[in-house]
Amino acid sequence: MIEEYLKYRPLLDDTGIMIGLEIHVQLNKLNTKIFCGCGLDYHNDPPNTHTCPVCLGLPGSLPVINRKAVEYSIKLGLALNCSIQEHTQFYRKNYYYPDLPKGFQITQYDFPLASNGYINIEGENGEVRIRINRAHMEEDPGRLVHEGGNIEHSKHTMIDYNRSGVALLEIVTEPDLRSPKEARRFLDKLRSIIEYLDVCNTSLEGATRVDANISLAGGSRSEIKNISSHKGAERALLFEVVRQKNLLRRGGKVVLETRHFNEEMGITVSLRTKEEEHDYRYFPEADLVPIKVADWAPGIAKTLPELPDAKRERFVSQYGISDDHAKSLTSEKRLAEFYEEVAAHVNPKMAAVWTADVLKGELNYRDIGITAFKSEDMVKLLKLVADDKITDSSGNQIIRTVLDEGGSPDSIVESEGLLKAGGDIIGTAVDEAINENPQAVTDYQNGKQEAVNFLIGQVMKKTRGRSDAKAVREMIIEKFKGIM
Amino acid sequence: MITISQTLKAIDESSYEEVVSQCIERIKNNKLNTFITIAEESALEIAKNINSSKNHLQPLAGVPVAIKDNISTKGIQTTCASNILTGYVPPYDAHVIERLKEAGAIIVGKANMDEFAMGTSTETSHYGPALNPWNTDHVSGGSSGGSAATVAAGEVSVALGSDTGGSVRCPASFCGVVGLKPTYGIISRYGLISYANSLEQIGPIATNVKDMTLLFNVITGYDSRDSTSVQIEKDYTESLVNDVNGLIIGVPDEYFGEGTEPAVEKAVWDGVHTLEGLGASWKKVKMPHTRYALAAYYIIAMSEASSNLARFDGMRYGLRLTKDHDWHTTYSEIRAKGFGEEVKRRVLLGTYALSAGYMDKYYLKALKVRTLVKQDFDLALKDTDVLIAPTMPAPAFKLGEKISDPLTLYLADVNTVPINLAGVPSISLPCGFDNGLPIGLQIIGRHFDEETVLRVAYTFEQNTDFHTITPEVR
Amino acid sequence: MITTKEVEHISWLARLKVNEEQLEGYAQQLNSILDYFAQLDEVETKDVEPTYHVIDVNNVFRDDVITPSLSQDEAIGNAPKKQDGCFKAPRII
Repeated sequence: MIEEYLKYRPLLDDTGIMIGLEIHVQLNKLNTKIFCGCGLDYHNDPPNTHTCPVCLGLPGSLPVINRKAVEYSIKLGLALNCSIQEHTQFYRKNYYYPDLPKGFQITQYDFPLASNGYINIEGENGEVRIRINRAHMEEDPGRLVHEGGNIEHSKHTMIDYNRSGVALLEIVTEPDLRSPKEARRFLDKLRSIIEYLDVCNTSLEGATRVDANISLAGGSRSEIKNISSHKGAERALLFEVVRQKNLLRRGGKVVLETRHFNEEMGITVSLRTKEEEHDYRYFPEADLVPIKVADWAPGIAKTLPELPDAKRERFVSQYGISDDHAKSLTSEKRLAEFYEEVAAHVNPKMAAVWTADVLKGELNYRDIGITAFKSEDMVKLLKLVADDKITDSSGNQIIRTVLDEGGSPDSIVESEGLLKAGGDIIGTAVDEAINENPQAVTDYQNGKQEAVNFLIGQVMKKTRGRSDAKAVREMIIEKFKGIM
Repeated sequence: MITISQTLKAIDESSYEEVVSQCIERIKNNKLNTFITIAEESALEIAKNINSSKNHLQPLAGVPVAIKDNISTKGIQTTCASNILTGYVPPYDAHVIERLKEAGAIIVGKANMDEFAMGTSTETSHYGPALNPWNTDHVSGGSSGGSAATVAAGEVSVALGSDTGGSVRCPASFCGVVGLKPTYGIISRYGLISYANSLEQIGPIATNVKDMTLLFNVITGYDSRDSTSVQIEKDYTESLVNDVNGLIIGVPDEYFGEGTEPAVEKAVWDGVHTLEGLGASWKKVKMPHTRYALAAYYIIAMSEASSNLARFDGMRYGLRLTKDHDWHTTYSEIRAKGFGEEVKRRVLLGTYALSAGYMDKYYLKALKVRTLVKQDFDLALKDTDVLIAPTMPAPAFKLGEKISDPLTLYLADVNTVPINLAGVPSISLPCGFDNGLPIGLQIIGRHFDEETVLRVAYTFEQNTDFHTITPEVR
Repeated sequence: MITTKEVEHISWLARLKVNEEQLEGYAQQLNSILDYFAQLDEVETKDVEPTYHVIDVNNVFRDDVITPSLSQDEAIGNAPKKQDGCFKAPRII
């Protein structure tokens, strides 16, 4: 593993920054929780309506593991290039917290389901490899709601156990990330893999949660909890880099501690509670029996969809598009599907430019997803452009209008009168413009190039702007050649 | 004492309601403290309506049954004899309760026990000890003392207990009734409130082997809600054969160690010879790790208990102090107030045994010793069919005699805990008396070989009279 | 030998309040029991595997099928303190 890794870069570079991530992925595409049959469609329901004796931890209840949760976990493990262990089992992690109904969390410890994997991401100087230490299964705790919405000042804490027992896969990286930006890229890449696998709807609240470990050369590591977005991860880590750097520069000491990310203020704060005196007393969960499912892996591997890296390579070779375009188009599963739907009907290179550069830019600007634009609309639009019926700028305008006001390309072309004027109409207009402006012809003959621009303006006026100025220029010059 | 068939006869001669209300009267009139909660209203309601349900055709139709108070009963308070579960009314039934209800049995109440099944005398109960019907100055045994005492006192014909380290067999022995600790996995634990989940099983208690087997038949069988439940479907009444011809009994010397009362030793050997006279043969077997079983058992049980009992924090059910502080303090105070001394002791020791730096010395070591103890059983039962040994080294001790010294009390479990470490089945049944107090012997079998154990027990009972002697309850 | 300091630490881990004056008593009790446990040191277990499960069963799963949940009333019915359908716990900080 390490040899493979070192092909990419040394373990520690001159930034001195080491960042490791722990990502909790909710397997929320399952029907039920990990150890009981309670449903996962609780997001719009009142608190404590999706619970049972098992996920409430009522005395006497027992866990039985969801087979599909194991399958999904293997799927994700394989996609992270992990090996699936022959023998895996569950442990109890003993600690107290009000969101934990049993006083322990059922998780994995020795013998995690998947280990020793990696994913490649784009580093500052080309591709780098980030090692995955392990991916293990566990149960989600409940959700705490602080009275008045603030953990620091509320008198009471309300507990909703609807989330309690949702299957999680915890992915633990090695401390291979060298900057907050890389951390974000890693998270983006991971999200795209998860979406490709269809094991998690990452847009649901709490679907992925990140803890980050960060240390600078010469200091201890701090752990940042409560990060809920990729942008948040980058901001929290940036804050930590600056904080730790300043501390070290002033001769201070970075202490080993857990810090809480305050998303609103963009800072991390030390929790400094006695709770940090952890001793989890991991021991095997006798209520669950060992799992020996390494033989499932080959079958599951066959069901794996084409993942982002493979798809990107295929896009380059199959469609002849640039690697940058391919990378951009495969960053999201739905976007890649969109592209292929479009590329099936129009020139793939043109489809790539319009999807990756134009449409994606407009979507990012509005912070909305690809589902806001239909692929068949893009096909229609690009056919209009390709057939020279509308101009490029009209194409842009149509995309913006669809996104902002709705409607279809056809109706917008119609209502906005965007159809390029036909060749004969333009020809007539050109003839008229020349005939009506003999002075301009004379000027041109005398070497005044501006005369052409004047005539183009006249033609545009006559065709109400639906002509392609470049084409008009060519036509005028052609006419002049005939006259002279 | 009363049997199932006597109960069914009484129903025929009077009514379901009459039998249930007489049963509840007996419980109320006795001063044995066998119950924590009497489910009078619901029991009478079910008795009243049983004719209109199809349950009256079932094998235990209308038979009153006592349930140890660590088994979850929907709508009936379930306390584990602990202050911390005061007022907890479960919203669900344990698997065995569902089975009993389907079989037509009527739950008359929740039997007294040691707090969270931690004890050998029912003296750690928050509700005070259940007394021994043979002599109320003596303990009923534990932890299922209420279940055994109520059967011995003739209040009900059958009861459920649970056995983590002898908790069915000890009180069965002390109260002169029959109790089974089945093979681990043969009865679903779904709804059994855990003390030490890798060791314990629910077990039936009755006045005789046949009734106990009827009850066992009802509650055994696969349950998809318990991952450790095994798929075995058998009719155990077919094992009730009066014949031990050709069977080989193993007798381990290690179970007659220091502290064994001579009267107990004699009664058990008499039992072995009785079976010999009926065609069985016996031989001595060696079980060298028996002496280490007690320490291993307590380390494992306490470790598991420290985790199993972590959920009792007063947030979702049970005791809650009126005033809240920060959550750490609130939890610590609720738990300190809600748990009794023995429970606290075991939780602290279990936490210690699992904690960083000590886990290998205690917990892991105990699990390795467990392997050796289990190997003892595998070897001993390789060329024998069953093992016979005293259930307890002495008859029921006096109330208060041992409770002040925990270690002395633990030592009383020396013959019962190895069976739980190995996961094998064992039945305790009466084999004699000493100063008016019953003596029990245990018949131990191979994993999932309840059939042979029951057959030996049934044959012994059919050829002796100990089970017909009844205490005079005042 | 377990010290009073260790008793204090494990009582914290176990969330069991032990008063200052009880520490010594607990330490004594626990030590006498731990002394008894120490007899396991005599047993040679170098090549012995621990027994976590006494019955050899693997791969027990349930299908990913929804079963009925409790109603909110049933779920929080036993809670000594509740509010707006939630369990009410003390403050976190």
